[in-house]
Amino acid sequence: MDFILRELNLVTFSPLVGVLVLLFLKKEQKNAARWIALVTSLVTFGISLVVLAQFDAANTGLQMEINETWFTFGDWEIKYALGVDGLSILLLLLTTFLTPISLLSTWSAVEDRVRDFNLFFLLLEFGMIGVFLAQDLFLFYVFWEFTLVPMYFLIGIWGGAQRMYAAIKFFLYTMAGSILMLLAILWLGNTQGTFYVPELILKGGIPENIQTWLFFAFAAAFAIKVPMWPLHSWLPDAHVQAPTAGSVILAGVLLKMGTYGFLRFNIPLFPEAAKEWAWLMALLAVIGILYGAAVSYWQKDVKKLVAYSSVSHLGFVMLGLFALNPQGIEGGILQMINHGLSTGALFLLIGMIYERRHTREFDEFGGLWKVMPVYAVLTLIVSLSSMGLPGLNGFVGEFTILLGAWGAGEGVLGTPLYAAFAAAGVILAAIYILYMFGRMFLGPLTNEKNENLKDLSWREIITLVPLLVLIFWIGLYPKPFFDLIAPTVEHLVATLGM
Amino acid sequence: MTGYSIEDILNILPIVFVVVWAMVLLVVEAFSKRRGLVIVLAVLGLVAALVLTVMHIGTEASVFKTMMTVDGYAVFIWVLVLASGLLTIGLSYDYAKRMGWARGEVYVLMLFSIAGAMLMASAANLIVVFLALELLSIPLYILAAIAPNDASSEEAGLKYFLLGAFSGGFILYGIAMVYGATGSTNLLAVVEAAGSTQSPLYMLVGAAMILIGLGFKVAVVPFHMWTPDVYQGSPTPVTAFMAVVAKAGGFAALLRVFISAFPALSDDLVPVLAAIVILTLVIGNIAAVAQKNIKRMLAYSSISHAGFIMMAFITYGQADVYADAVAAVLYYLLAFAVTSFGSWAVVIALEKAEGKGLELDDYNGLGKKYPMLSAAMLVFMLSFAGVPPTLGFGGKFYLFRTVLQGGYAWLAVIGVLASLVSAYYYLRVVIHMYFEEGDPTVRSEPVLNLVTAVTVVGTLALFFLSGPILAWAAQSVLALM
Repeated sequence: MDFILRELNLVTFSPLVGVLVLLFLKKEQKNAARWIALVTSLVTFGISLVVLAQFDAANTGLQMEINETWFTFGDWEIKYALGVDGLSILLLLLTTFLTPISLLSTWSAVEDRVRDFNLFFLLLEFGMIGVFLAQDLFLFYVFWEFTLVPMYFLIGIWGGAQRMYAAIKFFLYTMAGSILMLLAILWLGNTQGTFYVPELILKGGIPENIQTWLFFAFAAAFAIKVPMWPLHSWLPDAHVQAPTAGSVILAGVLLKMGTYGFLRFNIPLFPEAAKEWAWLMALLAVIGILYGAAVSYWQKDVKKLVAYSSVSHLGFVMLGLFALNPQGIEGGILQMINHGLSTGALFLLIGMIYERRHTREFDEFGGLWKVMPVYAVLTLIVSLSSMGLPGLNGFVGEFTILLGAWGAGEGVLGTPLYAAFAAAGVILAAIYILYMFGRMFLGPLTNEKNENLKDLSWREIITLVPLLVLIFWIGLYPKPFFDLIAPTVEHLVATLGM
Repeated sequence: MTGYSIEDILNILPIVFVVVWAMVLLVVEAFSKRRGLVIVLAVLGLVAALVLTVMHIGTEASVFKTMMTVDGYAVFIWVLVLASGLLTIGLSYDYAKRMGWARGEVYVLMLFSIAGAMLMASAANLIVVFLALELLSIPLYILAAIAPNDASSEEAGLKYFLLGAFSGGFILYGIAMVYGATGSTNLLAVVEAAGSTQSPLYMLVGAAMILIGLGFKVAVVPFHMWTPDVYQGSPTPVTAFMAVVAKAGGFAALLRVFISAFPALSDDLVPVLAAIVILTLVIGNIAAVAQKNIKRMLAYSSISHAGFIMMAFITYGQADVYADAVAAVLYYLLAFAVTSFGSWAVVIALEKAEGKGLELDDYNGLGKKYPMLSAAMLVFMLSFAGVPPTLGFGGKFYLFRTVLQGGYAWLAVIGVLASLVSAYYYLRVVIHMYFEEGDPTVRSEPVLNLVTAVTVVGTLALFFLSGPILAWAAQSVLALM
């Protein structure tokens, strides 16, 4: 019993309780299904706050650790090892925080097979939490692959017209990367005799040329997930076809599994390779920043625009991580959270207009400010946060990353050009986001179909408020967030020997 | 008949029991008009044989001088094929009535075939391997053609028989070659004589011919041509039985013969084996992508799984890896068996008379109308594709591990790419079930549902018991050499 009541077990498995209850519901009980899922996810969020309360930021190791033998696989010991540290605490909170918000956003959007929708959503939450907490490579892989299945269904059943294509593309693309990682995991198991990550880091001693192979095998899985240019082509399809809540979770959390993977595994497990190839990662990141921004500008569909902007924003995260210095990595982690909040909010806002008009084409809109002032103001705030306006969260993250990348110009990256080009990306972001905002909200109200649109309802506003609070909080006073991650990150950088 | 004792019989009691029981059933079937009685007796017999087998865990003995071996390896396969027999009865109980081949001799033939597969696993002499193979195969030829007035079933039986007989010829000729080279058909005598043989070429050719013959049985490319037609034409429960039991028996003999008798040939055989593996993975998977009929798709998928199993076999000659290789094969066979019976149970639930209900389009809308059944099929498809947390993932995980250990990283990469292709066609079934609209009808019948439930629980739960299963499998190998 004590074992079950360990904090991390509770936070991981609490969504499954909701799944079990949902299984006993009848198909017709739509509202009951919605409430059960919402309450479950709120309870999970509550437990994650308990985890936060007990979290000691000064401790750089794993906390609230659970470390049991799960089973033995031949002569291998597979551990059921969960733990949280400065690298994962914010991502855990982001997951538990965004899930109830996404569920709330589907209240009226999903009418078909409501029970199943909520069930898959909670399963997805279970998988994502597991990914962020698992400290055994085998366990991590199980969770990692597991998240594919519910997301596949969320896109495939409740998605748009091209949903089947998008769903299978999402699944196969991601699986292609992760099976290469599987081989690398097996290689580690064969040679090091363990899958337990802290032990693997401690042992080290992998020859440098082999580190490179393993680094890229892991990177294949994570880079697809992030997605890094040029492996991003699944993302626009998945985003555009996914239902709103799916997009929010996809952008908000699932993509971070990729960046988190780099941070948790690639950098500490293969430090030599990470240092050697940081330039390549940074280069791809910068290309992603500029490419994502440029492509965003040309989109006709606002959801596609936000999808491509994710490629750009996550380029910043990757640049920060592979600056391999404290500022860069801290900024990268914070930017993961920022992107989750801002892009999550943007997808929610897009979902709201889509529910009203069943289109997302810019040409259909224009002058919306006149009919939906509340909606317009909220969209403006989120857009400004996304483009990095000082005072809002995006600025803090991007600024710290650029600082880190600039600093790394004398270190691992060798030149400050990466930072310079990335800074250009900030300007491009301002262009495409303001362009989008202008086309949708400003000018005369030309399309008569938009004349009678209702402004946001209370439920919709409540969905957005928590996100806005955090957007301002991080923008104005980011210290508590940095405090949570800084000691662990500094410890990590110190172990890299730079 | 000197030198044999009652102990020899006792040591292989499960096999003897199955054979005797099959003969008893033959008599019962002749005098009783009630099919139910034969079924009940067949189930009882299989359960009793399972109990006897479980009592054999830990036994290690050479039986009838050196004709047969009873060890953990054999016992593992015995359990696997006996349980397969029970599942097949579950699959065919209602199906046979529906399709009009509800005859008692089906179960008798099945028992004989099971005895053959069990014998394959413990054959320690090439002549016994051949006899076991025939005992396994001949009832299968009849079973494939058992559906009355069904041309495709008859075609399947005839095709299977002709190619099976042909492959039997290969094996026999191979055995003769090996005998010519070493003067013995006993596996241990062969390996002893191998070093001093005057004609190593005969030995190599003989081993290769045995490989070809058994390759037919386990359906690896290029010896797979019969598989899609036979699998599609045979009554579905027979297909399920054939896919698992013939494969288990074939691989059981293949491993024991090659590890015991031909370890020295591995250098020469590895390129051949690698070519077989690659061809099997590529052709099996790519052909499966093109299928619209689920029976044919599963047939090609079973070919590709034979390729995966064969992959572990490549390392058989490496002294430090072969034990893992054997454990990987046994585990993979178990994973394949459980998952495969489950998916065939779903196929049977949807199948209608005259071969209707077997197209992928017939699965449209299944998820909405029959959530439990389609959830089960989902689990089976994910297990086949190797997605955790399923038995199929455990199988692939251990398999790739062995291959990496053996130093064939490039082969492992081909393997994972093949499993990626396979994910595509397994997911297509899921797409039809969940994302397409349709109105399928399903035969819901308690025995069949039980099989589905047992296999779906097995696919998930046994993964978490991987530890004990692998420990058992690995332990059984120690006795192999």
